[in-house]
Amino acid sequence: MKSLAELKAIRDKVQGQVGLRSEAEAGTRVVVGMATCGIASGARPVLNALSEAVQEKKLDNVAVVQTGCIGLCQYEPIVEVIEQGKEKVTYIKMTPEKAMEVVNRHLIGGHVVTEYTIQSALK
Amino acid sequence: MMTELSLNVLDIVENSTKAKASLVFIGVEIDSAADSLIIRIDDDGCGMDSEQLARVTDPFFTTRTTRKVGLGVPFFKQSAEMTGGDFIITSEPGVGTKITARYVLSSIDRMPLGDMTATIHQLILMHQDCDFLYRYSYDGKEFTLDTRELRVVLEGVPFDVPDVSAYIKDFLTENTAEVNEGHPAV
Repeated sequence: MKSLAELKAIRDKVQGQVGLRSEAEAGTRVVVGMATCGIASGARPVLNALSEAVQEKKLDNVAVVQTGCIGLCQYEPIVEVIEQGKEKVTYIKMTPEKAMEVVNRHLIGGHVVTEYTIQSALK
Repeated sequence: MMTELSLNVLDIVENSTKAKASLVFIGVEIDSAADSLIIRIDDDGCGMDSEQLARVTDPFFTTRTTRKVGLGVPFFKQSAEMTGGDFIITSEPGVGTKITARYVLSSIDRMPLGDMTATIHQLILMHQDCDFLYRYSYDGKEFTLDTRELRVVLEGVPFDVPDVSAYIKDFLTENTAEVNEGHPAV
């Protein structure tokens, strides 16, 4: 069984080196709907993939957070990308694979992945 | 309808965090001899009055304003009752809410437990202002994860620091595997 001593070692390692970043400092917020509708449609692996990718790729200005029901249950899992000074982008019917594309093309590349947005579905 | 019970747990505990709980107990108890799987969720959130409590299993009741239906509790109740098990919810305003869902383990209609590690890990990381006490037991063998104990060790280092997050995930994965050893998958 894993011990708390291991956690202590991790604490000693990261203490000091972490610029304890808070949500408020992050320029970009990635919001995942995690109400019953989102969870039933597969939001848990989407949120998990996003959190892991943002950590792995060290996107320090991005905060991945969750919200409740956005009111568009038929389009879940929904991911909203809110960048400072820009219009909110709403991605619909997300999967972990599509979420990775959003990370690479939008969060890193700076281009909205238009084919997954709600606007493109409503056309 | 959820595809695995761990998703029901995630959904229901989201209610606890919305009810401003500061501590949520989540228990999974598998007992082959009694042919039962029991999931308990016990929070110290704002609770519900008797009128709300009476309506909470009604799909056309929700506290949300973005839509008119609330399927979280009805789904959870149905998942237990369809196996021949039962579902009990009690609540007291200002004290909290307790849910016990009992499943007939061998029932063909029992959904798989699914990825409890993903559920617990996500709850801990996404609700760092709330403490979680998770206990998983299988035929008497068990482990617990108590975020209050982690906090004492971490001295203010948050749960979402990559190394800490990975530790929590590994802790859950390894201990679950150890408890499950030699038993059929649930």
